[in-house]
This record gives sequence, structure tokens and C-alpha cells, in this order.
Amino acid sequence: MISQLSWKVGGQQGEGIESTGEIFSIAMNRMGYFLYGYRHFSSRIKGGHTNNKIRVSTKPLRAISDVLDILVAFDQETIDLNAHELRDGGVIIADAKFNPTLPEGLQPVRLLAVPLTEIAEELGTSLMKNMVSIGATSAILGIPVEGFRNIVEDMFLRKGEKVVEKNMEAITRGFAFVNEQTGGQLPEFQLEKADGTKRLFMIGNDAIALGAVAAGCRFMPAYPITPASEIMEYLIKKLPKFGGTVIQTEDEIAAITMAIGGNYGGVRTMTASAGPGLALMMEAIGLAGMTETPVVIVDTQRGGPSTGLPTKQEQSDINALIYGTHGEIPKVVMAPTTVEECFYDTIEAFNIAEEYQVPVIIATDLALSLGKATVEPFDYSKIQIRRGKLLAGQELPEMEQNDQFKRYEVTEDGVSPRTIPGQKYGLHHVTGVEHDQTGRPSESPTNRIAQMDKRLRKLDVLAKNFPNPVLVDGPAEESDVLLVTINSLGGTTEEAKGLLEQDGVKVSRAQVRLLHPFPVEQILPYVEKARKVVVVENNATGQITNLLKLNVGHADKIESVLKYDGNPFLPNEVYTEVKGLIKHGDVQRISQ
Amino acid sequence: MATFKEFRNNIKPNWCPGCGDFSVQAAIQRAAANVGLEPENLAVISGIGCSGRISGYINCYGLHGIHGRALPIAQGVKMANRELTVIASGGDGDGFAIGMGHTVHSIRRNMNITYIVMDNQIYGLTKGQTSPRSAAGFVTKSTPSGSIEQSLSPVEVALSAGATFVAQSSSNDLKGLTDLIEKGIKHEGFSLINVFSPCVTFNKVNTYDWFKEHIVSVDSIEGYDPHDRIKAMSYSMQNNGLLTGLIYQDTTRKSYEALVQGFKEEGLAKADLTISEEDFQKLVAEFA
Ligand SMILES: Cc1ncc(C[n+]2csc(CCOP(=O)(O)OP(=O)(O)O)c2C)c(N)n1
Ligand code: SF4
Repeated sequence: MISQLSWKVGGQQGEGIESTGEIFSIAMNRMGYFLYGYRHFSSRIKGGHTNNKIRVSTKPLRAISDVLDILVAFDQETIDLNAHELRDGGVIIADAKFNPTLPEGLQPVRLLAVPLTEIAEELGTSLMKNMVSIGATSAILGIPVEGFRNIVEDMFLRKGEKVVEKNMEAITRGFAFVNEQTGGQLPEFQLEKADGTKRLFMIGNDAIALGAVAAGCRFMPAYPITPASEIMEYLIKKLPKFGGTVIQTEDEIAAITMAIGGNYGGVRTMTASAGPGLALMMEAIGLAGMTETPVVIVDTQRGGPSTGLPTKQEQSDINALIYGTHGEIPKVVMAPTTVEECFYDTIEAFNIAEEYQVPVIIATDLALSLGKATVEPFDYSKIQIRRGKLLAGQELPEMEQNDQFKRYEVTEDGVSPRTIPGQKYGLHHVTGVEHDQTGRPSESPTNRIAQMDKRLRKLDVLAKNFPNPVLVDGPAEESDVLLVTINSLGGTTEEAKGLLEQDGVKVSRAQVRLLHPFPVEQILPYVEKARKVVVVENNATGQITNLLKLNVGHADKIESVLKYDGNPFLPNEVYTEVKGLIKHGDVQRISQ
Repeated sequence: MATFKEFRNNIKPNWCPGCGDFSVQAAIQRAAANVGLEPENLAVISGIGCSGRISGYINCYGLHGIHGRALPIAQGVKMANRELTVIASGGDGDGFAIGMGHTVHSIRRNMNITYIVMDNQIYGLTKGQTSPRSAAGFVTKSTPSGSIEQSLSPVEVALSAGATFVAQSSSNDLKGLTDLIEKGIKHEGFSLINVFSPCVTFNKVNTYDWFKEHIVSVDSIEGYDPHDRIKAMSYSMQNNGLLTGLIYQDTTRKSYEALVQGFKEEGLAKADLTISEEDFQKLVAEFA
């Protein structure tokens, strides 16, 4: 019995690779397994190798694995590019149509040539070869074909009962063919039974978009970009039901400034983009900071610089997000680590934006935004809407003409009362020019200092109140290594930690969820107690390493493991790299 | 109902004495009163430039943003609360150089806002450089031997971008300008009002007198029909873009807000933010 396995389907982009993975994983998710899927794709729409790697487990997981158990190949290229990932005794299900062969020098694997296209064509259309391959897979795993019926119905019932039956037949035929070849289920692929619990299955971007709706976001101006577009595409479908909408703007400058206008006007508004778009938004983010207008911006990080690796994993916008925009503003940069956190953090981002009247950036990475994972059902009772010092109607004291509402009143926590256009007793002017308490331009040095301090003070309060800015896993007392990560790398280091522990290394992990203001107090004790700190990050210059050193010191014991080839880390890579660092370092307690 | 005095505040503009922008300020205040607005229901969103300061000089809600971005900010405000009257304004550099992309797309989008450009054919705030509205040959600090680029016509750009309301006026004519702003506010859709608003300090060519001499009012053209787009374009070209008055209006097209599916009739800002458990579970079920 195994508790987890990795399955990959590959072929040419546009061949239905995605839907094959989708159907397989939704069915497994509904059976109660935990899934994690990561798509490898290029910016071409049709043509070009693409694959979808899915892990199935009886326990929660959120990283791709080093090894592969089953590879479904629609072309020879898929075998050539991916077969080396298969473990000893792994299986390739290949379309017999292209006379599949194994590359030389491969570990022992089993190649099953299955007439995927042929069976599909017999049933009416070669498109159904996906279904045949799913049937073939389920024969190996011993999953009854009927387990796929409800997802097939969900997908095809619109097109009629007949289409459903045809697709079920395709699955059944694939199952039967492999069953006959192998003489039944392969014992080494027997998956432990799942718990049957109903859970959700979604990508990080879905969770962000759903979180936005739950948070009361009703307007989103945005400009399309990989890997952020799913957020606007979801919201354009859903917001009209709540009276709101999405505007596809002419560029990201329009997107962010429209979002600022929306928030100034009183509606929770967000925009989402990736590195190139964030670069264009920087001046406006400064306006939001200066005018203390709330706004939520999502940055789904991808490979930079410039157009870089637009469809690949990277975490290289951190410096830009923290330091970008001229001048000094209070700004919050959050970094959720799981799909689940993407949901709750998005709601929190809207609350923080309004409570502190600041721009809030939610930074994800491509693997988190597009990686599809099983998620525990969201807790409706945890959805909170906190609008801070927003006053309307009766709450505003009466004013005479020429009185101006003190929109920028200097207060202890730095947050001033705020109101929105349309209120009789709230008239005030807002400007990106330095201004006094009523919003009128002012160059007075004392006023400048008072307003600057007031604005920046807001972050001190926020740093104290932010929920779980660092997630720590492992011993609070001394550890040999503290692994520090952000975003999707939490799942990878979690597994690497397990591998290191098998070698007797005491590992703790810190996932930083708030990049700015940096949660110094929360992380410092762990850094102090670790013999070595290793920051694992997907970029070339160690941006998080530097951020950590800058904020907590201890530069002598902080090192980085970097990867910037466009692919996410594999747990084993992290294990090997960290092991190397420990060996050459001065850690005593290591067992070898 | 508010009088135009209620749209005045006690801030003294920092414009040079004689700057054309004073007339635009007064015209907005008068027009707002004439169409029956209350100060709290007007939002003036402005860009950066001498002209951009205007939002601070009118007693209403106002936002003075960043250079070239008055229009997208204004559109955001309008989406947030369609019950507000939203005026965007700024200079010719703001709207036709750095913000030109937004100008053209705002025209296409046709949201119900009024865009008033104070067109002085020069950059005032940065002390006298060329603008996309400067004539070829125009000598400025950045074009010491005369501009070698063509000047563009806002009217013709707007007409070709599908504008539903295009007007031009000048700071010489407070009454005419006020009347056009009123019409622009009442127009359903995007209204562009380009105002020749002389910079008395840095533009010694396009002065009040120069405009008096060169502009041609549509009222002087017999049988002028502001609903004929092709003729509007042709008259504008024949007059070097110096046509004034209501040049074109299309009353048949609906505004952007009216066309957005499911868009709330009352200001979105008034909407309840909470989602019912039932609605939430429906959304969640799609991911099960
Ligand atoms: C991004 C950016 N670039 C440049 C400037 C400097 N700047 C301020 S106003 C202005 C142009 C002013 O000309 P115009 O828009 O015609 O307004 P006017 O001052 O003539 O009313 C420039 C270039 C700026 N504020 N922001
Ligand atoms: S510099 Fe020109 S545009 Fe600016 S205030 Fe003076 S006259 Fe007006």
C-alpha cells in the first residue's frame, strides 16, 4: 500500500492535457484524496510541450515531488522529456499511435502502449483519448470506473446524455485494455483508501478571487497578464451578481489609478497583475500611500526581468514591491503561503487596507497562483469586514461652509477619520502634494514632519496587530537549521525538513507571511536559536536573505539556497543543498 | 439648491494673475450651481500642472492625483458611485501627452463624466516646454529652434475615437464656457470640453487676443449641425482645429454604466458588503 503517488500527463499544448489532468484530479479529490497539481506550460497557445503533474495523497501536501510514478504520454517528446523522473518500476501509459519507445539508459520502467487514439476514434472522436488515458490510469490504481461518473456528468451533461455515455465508455475501454495487459491492478500502486471527506480543489488565484468577493470587493479594473488573469476572469463572471463589475483597462496604470478612484469613491476595489504591471503601477501606489487611500493589489510573481520567463516560477519582485515607488509611504506587502491562506489573506488585505488606509500588496508566486490544491472547506464564520475609521452620514459632525473635514487629522495611531464623496458634512480635498490636516497643500516644515510621521506610524501599529506574520514549524528551542521561505516554497521545505530529520538534523521552518513591515519580533527568537539559517528562495540574488539580514542581523549565519531556472524547487533539491551547507558549516550534532 | 458661491472655498489659487484657468474655475462653479448640484455630490478629479490645482479651488469633493491620470481616477470614482457628478480636468500636457492613452480610451468607454482640458499649448508648471498642442515651429525652452513636431487636434482625435460629446471653448468666453459645461454635465456619456486657456507667463503667442482673432464659433457657420460627425470633422479641419462651441453630440448612445450588465442602479458605494452564507456556499460549491 502506498499513501501517495505522482501522476503526470504530457503532450502538445492545445491537445487537452489540461482537461485530462483536471478530470483525473477532480475525481480523486471527490474521493477524498489530497491533490496538488502544477502545470508546466509555455506562452504559446498551441504547440509546444506541456504537462500537468499531479500528486495524490491521503495526507495534505502542497509541493510537487521529485519522483514520478505514472506518466501518460500523448507523444514521444513527453517520454523523452519526462521519463527520467519516473521511479524504478514506474509506468508509462503511451498512445500506441506513435509507436512509443523508451530512451536509452533509463531506469527500469514499464511501458504500456495503449491504443488511446484508436479507441477514441472508434468511439467517434480522437478528442476522447484523454478519457481513455484516464481509464488506463484507473486500471493501474484499481479505481472503479464509476468513480469518474459524476465529474463526467458535470462536464458533459450540458451536451446531452449521449456524450456522457460516450465518455464513460472511453474510460471503461481504457480501463479494460490495461486491465487485460497487466492482469489486474498493480500491487505496488495500491493507494490507501481516502477518507471520503468533501474538500475543495482550486488554484491560488481562484482563492484570491473568491476571497475578494467574500471581502465585499465589488469592482476590479485590471489588464490581462500571466499568471494573474484568472482573478479578473473569475470576477467578471461573479461580480455582476453582486452589483459590481470588472473593467479591462488600457494598461496597468489605468488599472491601479481606477482602483484608487474606486476606493476613494467608497467601493472595495482591487487590481491584480504580475511584475511588468507592478512596475507600471509604482507611481500610483505612491499616490495611494500619500493620500491614504486604501487599495489592494495582487502581484502574482513570475520569472523576470522584463518579459523574462512569463510562465515560470520565480520570487524576484520582493525588492520592487517593498522599495518600489519614490519617496516613503506606509505600505503593506503580504505573502500567503497556501491556497487556503490566499482566501483568508485576501479578505484580511481589504480590512487592513481600510483600517490603516494604505496600499496593500498581496504577493504570490506562479506556483501558488496556478498550482491547484485540495483545500479544507472555507469557514464562512471567519469572514469579517472591518472598515476602520470610515464615517458616513450621521456619524459626521455638522460643518459650516469653508469648514473642511479633517481628513488627515494627526492621531495617535496615525489613522485619521475618513469619509467618501456624497456626504454632506465630509467635504475635503485630497492631494498627492504634501498637505495639512484638511488636505490643503502645505510646504510648512513642521506640518511636513507631522504628516510624514503620522503616515508612517500606521505601520508600527500594524506590525503589532498583523495575524500570524510568520508561521513556524519545528522546535522553539535550539535547531540546527532554520529554513526560511515565502509563498509556495513552504510545502517544499516541509518535505525537505522531513528528509533532513531522517538524517538526525533538527530543523525548524519559518514561512514569512508579511514581508513589509518585516515581522522582526516574531522571527528573531528562531533566528537566534538556530545554528544556521537557510533561506530557500526562487531568485538569483537572495532578496529574502537580504531582507532577513537587514532586519534581524546575524548575517554570519544566514545563507541562501537559490533557484532561478524557472522551475519550482523539488524537496530533494532543497534537502541536498541544505545538507551541503550543513556539512561545510559548523553544525555539530549532525549524525554523519 | 446651492448657489455658485457655495462652490467657492476660501483658498486663493496660486495661478499667475490673468491665467486663463481662473475662468475655467468660475465656469465650473457656475455650471454646477446652474444644473442644481450640491457640493457633496460633485467630485472634481484633476491631474498635475498649474491647471491640475483646480480641484483644490472648488468647494466639493476633489482629488488631485498624478500627472496624466485624472481620467482613470475619475472613472474609478464614477464606477464607485454613479450618483455623483464627476468632472475630470487638467492641462493639455496632462491629457494629450502623458495621459493621451487614457483620453482616447475614456472616450471609447463613454462613462458619464465631463473632461475639461485647460489647453494653453505649453507646459506651465514646469515653466515653459513644448506640448502636443504647440504649433509646429513654436519656440519653447525645450524647442529652442522651434517645434519640429505637428500639433494634434483634440477635437479630431476625439471624433475619430468615437466621442459622444465634443466641445471647445475659451477662457475669453465665460458665459459660453459655462453653458457648454452645463451641457457636458447633462450629457449621458463622456463629454470632452477643450478650453483655450492662455498661459500669460510662458506662452506669448497664443494669447487672449490671438484666440479672439483665430477662433471660429460654430454659431457663425450657417446651418451647423452638431449631430453630423463627418461634417464636424471637416469643419474642424478647415478651421485648423480652432472651432468653438458644441461641435458634436451623439445622444443615441448609452453611457458605459448603463451598459454594464448587472451594474447597480444606485451608487455601488452604498451596497452592503456582506455576502450571505447561501450565496457564499453556492460560489464555493463550484470548486468541490
Ligand atoms: C510622471 C511625471 N512626469 C513629469 C512631471 C512634471 N510635470 C508636472 S506638470 C507637467 C506638465 C504641465 O503641463 P500641462 O499638463 O499642460 O499643465 P499646465 O501646467 O500647463 O496647466 C509636467 C511635465 C510629473 N509631475 N510627473
Ligand atoms: S504659468 Fe501659465 S498656466 Fe501656470 S498659472 Fe501661470 S499663467 Fe497659468
